[in-house]
Amino acid sequence: MKQEVIIAGFGGQGVMLLGQLLANAGMYEGENVSWMPSYGPEMRGGTANCHVIVSSEPVASPYIVEPDTAIVMSLPSMEKFAPQVKKGGLLLINSTLIEKDPGRSDLDILKVPANKIANELGNTRIANMVALGAFVGRTGTVKMETIIEAMEKTLPKRHQDFIPLNTEALKRGAELA
Amino acid sequence: MTEKILMKGNEAIAEAGIRVGCRYFFGYPITPQNELPAYMSRRLPEVQGTFLQAESEVAAINMVYGAAGAGGRVMTSSSSPGISLKQEGISYLAGSELPCVIVNITRGGPGLGGIQPAQSDYFQATRGGGHGDYYTPVLAPQSVQEAVDLTMDAFDIADKYRNPVLVLGDGMIGQMMEPVEFKKEITPDQLPEKKWATNGAAGRKPNIINSLRLQPEKLEELNLKLQEKYMAMKKAEVRYETDNIEDAEYILVAFGTTARIVKSAADMAREVGMKVGIIRPITLFPFPEDVIAKASEKARFILTVEMSLGQMVEDVRLSAKGRCPVYFQGRTGGVVPKPGEILDNLKRLAGGGK
Repeated sequence: MKQEVIIAGFGGQGVMLLGQLLANAGMYEGENVSWMPSYGPEMRGGTANCHVIVSSEPVASPYIVEPDTAIVMSLPSMEKFAPQVKKGGLLLINSTLIEKDPGRSDLDILKVPANKIANELGNTRIANMVALGAFVGRTGTVKMETIIEAMEKTLPKRHQDFIPLNTEALKRGAELA
Repeated sequence: MTEKILMKGNEAIAEAGIRVGCRYFFGYPITPQNELPAYMSRRLPEVQGTFLQAESEVAAINMVYGAAGAGGRVMTSSSSPGISLKQEGISYLAGSELPCVIVNITRGGPGLGGIQPAQSDYFQATRGGGHGDYYTPVLAPQSVQEAVDLTMDAFDIADKYRNPVLVLGDGMIGQMMEPVEFKKEITPDQLPEKKWATNGAAGRKPNIINSLRLQPEKLEELNLKLQEKYMAMKKAEVRYETDNIEDAEYILVAFGTTARIVKSAADMAREVGMKVGIIRPITLFPFPEDVIAKASEKARFILTVEMSLGQMVEDVRLSAKGRCPVYFQGRTGGVVPKPGEILDNLKRLAGGGK
């Protein structure tokens, strides 16, 4: 098993956390993992992305050239990463913010109204969790319980209160997959 | 068995230092290594250590000199332009035979350059870096776990030879997260006493720590003594890793994170039937000359891949001594080479291209 994922969006959409939870969950399930962020002179509202690899073999290059999956939370992210996804791969689109067609007919395209669902649950900041739920539901890369375990073990104390709401968002995402 | 945790390279290096008794850290901020001092500022007070953000890199390295002279395990970290500023102090540390660990999370240069990963400080790292006839052992990790293990070893090597040791990473090692475990837990009171340290002379003759030798004969004597240490390092401290070199027709040489990209390229090359092996220097000084010399006797060619425009390739050529062609491929300025680029170049060179 090898799953190479690029997760991208605006700064502040929680794409780094999404990737860290996935990498942690992979590690708890005994897989080899790496998480590599874009870093630079960036600001809130700018673009951010991270590369996550979950693999049963040791991870060679942590830098992903052709991802199996791209999770894109904003239009500029889709325009940058949709062309890179491997043929037959998965493109998970935050359809609340992205109306444009990705222009790829050779991919599994999963449209998730992540912000809309997050707003229904009462907090727009958990759109990332809806997307993560949909990803896990579609690919089965890790188990949903392990994502919840990763939240319990890695979220700082001040954010532990969010776990029930995050879990609800993960479930809503998974239902769409 | 300790549980693995997912950690950023910068933070993992800091924790590794603490786990082998490092209780002093002096630094000055620079991207992409800021998480390292930030972590130290939080953790060192918990273990009765001292963290100090100096007013400059020059001040920081001289604080390292002071703490090392007093016998403490001490660390500083920076990135390329900051490491350049520290070179005067590193030369003084080497001349005064003081152990310490210096971490360079390399970024693109020259000048202020950029903040993305690079390996273009190889010359500076492996040729001493500052003025005078000296070297520092240079350890180059390719993963976060290896960064932890090598940082721990760096303190032992520094104490063993009374010499500064450099851990040479790059922005990728510093910023990425991977699972790590910390295999050691040593507190300062478990470390051997440093009888040469200037930590109070009550009841004994004062120790002197100094790099000034105005008499040429005395200075030559010091230099010869230092050379003996470097020879001993060359005998005892060389580290490298090989992958499939036994039957290889083509040898790839790379260090640090570039070696992982090269590994991806080599796997792709083997899939199309090319017999490719990898030699990964882990110590850049002392350099693993012998294994490269041996490989050069059988290989059709060696290809060195770096995130620079060709620095380590000079040591590879010195080791191969013309027994086979040594080619170079590199990206620089913060651009990371892609496995496909390396594969294409391998195919071109194997087909007789130059």
